[in-house]
Amino acid sequence: MTQRTRTWLLLAPAGTWFLVMLIIPLTVVFIFSFGERAPSGGVVLAFSFEQYANLPARWAAFKNTMTLAPIGTLSALLIAYPLAYFLAVKANPKWKTILLVLVIVPFWTSILIRSYAWIFLLGGRGIPALLEWVGIEGLRLINTPFAVLIGIIYGYLPLMVFPIYVSLDKLDKRLLEASSDLGAKPWKTFLQITLPLSIPGIATGCMLVFILLMGEYLIPALLGGGKVFFVGNALVDLFLQSRNWAYGSAVAVTLVVVMLITVTIYMRLISRLGASREDVSIM
Amino acid sequence: MRLYAICVYLFLYIPIGVIALFSFNAGRHASQLQGFSTKWYGKALSNPFVMDALETSLIVAFCSALCASVFGTMAAVALQGIRGPVRAAFDMLIYVAVMIPGIVIGIATLIGLVTVFDQLNPLIAAIWPNGFEPPKLRMGIGSLIAAHTMFLMALVVIIVRARLAGMDRALTEASSDLYATPMGTFRQVTLPMIFPAILAGFLLSFTFSFDDFIIAFFVAGSETTLPIYVFSSIRRGVTPEINAIGTMVMGVSLFLLISAQLLLQRGGKKSR
Repeated sequence: MTQRTRTWLLLAPAGTWFLVMLIIPLTVVFIFSFGERAPSGGVVLAFSFEQYANLPARWAAFKNTMTLAPIGTLSALLIAYPLAYFLAVKANPKWKTILLVLVIVPFWTSILIRSYAWIFLLGGRGIPALLEWVGIEGLRLINTPFAVLIGIIYGYLPLMVFPIYVSLDKLDKRLLEASSDLGAKPWKTFLQITLPLSIPGIATGCMLVFILLMGEYLIPALLGGGKVFFVGNALVDLFLQSRNWAYGSAVAVTLVVVMLITVTIYMRLISRLGASREDVSIM
Repeated sequence: MRLYAICVYLFLYIPIGVIALFSFNAGRHASQLQGFSTKWYGKALSNPFVMDALETSLIVAFCSALCASVFGTMAAVALQGIRGPVRAAFDMLIYVAVMIPGIVIGIATLIGLVTVFDQLNPLIAAIWPNGFEPPKLRMGIGSLIAAHTMFLMALVVIIVRARLAGMDRALTEASSDLYATPMGTFRQVTLPMIFPAILAGFLLSFTFSFDDFIIAFFVAGSETTLPIYVFSSIRRGVTPEINAIGTMVMGVSLFLLISAQLLLQRGGKKSR
């Protein structure tokens, strides 16, 4: 058996799998998005932009996603950065690894159960009941944008901490010493050395969180109570309830395109900031 | 600074802890702390719907993690040795599989497979011998395993490749200089070195598949996985039974994940 045949045989199962389960399905979605809804619920193939022209009907879902996703990403960044800084610069090296694992592990566990925990905490018998006890009454937390935001931060904080930690950890600590030896105040050292050098980590973290948030369904479904809905919720409604495949496909294609455009613009901005793009693996 | 870190850790772990705490509460509601009891666990484990869903989830997680580990490792090993358009194409596929939101993967698999099945089913019925009930392709456990395997395979390729890249090339070269067959080199040199990564990939894949809600929601057909069951019961209201199921799921995932982490770290150290 030649090297070439071997390579092909090794790649064949994965290649076939990707073709059948990824490429063909995505192509079908793309084709259907130009189709029309059949009376029986399926799709009549066509070449019309009718579905795309109808997109404004779901404008609210896009608007919610495009406001709460950036706000959620930014909030996660603000909370994650000091923690990543602490882990990389201040924490006792002996405990570093275990502390880092403790941050990452929740991210890989069921987002469903973790969001459910907040239903439990924010619901009528949770924190509001406690607040009532100390005299603050009538506070509604669940099914508000605030609840969705908490869910987002809770769900994606670990994903933000890790890349920032990696970039801060690689930072040459002698630079910080040099800066303070030369008489720079701590905040000045931070602004002029630490922060600029951690931009690749910030960029990676924000991008990962933002991409995942754009396709989010569970958090708004569980904590937004039908009032705060994302594009993901619109998609579930279109495919599983109203079974409008053609229109649903157009919404899905638009979501992916918006995502690609945002990420491309974002990458341009970051590389213009002078930071090199860098791939950081999650594990 | 340290205080801040403690606060963030509390924020990360209190909600999980509260769920675990109340799963042992004898009372029905959070406000009724009535002492320690494991009755909700008993109730969850004797609920036939929960057990059915658990069985489906375990079968799907095991099969898709196994397929993904085997095919993913094969692909990673092959990709390590080549350059050019084939490699670029695979890099692209893996990138797409990881980047496309899970919900879009779910939708695409649903309508893609249903469309293909609608074409194939009459064909199968036509060529099937008369007198026998022709098999009907439909969404279910098979489509779920296939969909999970697809995106888990991408994950395994990434993990195993990272391990292969950290491996000393001189070892495999030495092995083939000493006249080992390519298969022999793989079995005796490469496999032992990348095995921790494959195992970690398997454990991660198992957890991902077991915890996945959004793809299963679209692709599972009439089957119910544990996350789908939990989701639909949450919709009906918060019960202590869900606390018990949630605690068990979290416990098992935490165990698997920490094992995977340890495997990856130990494997990483050995090669340095």
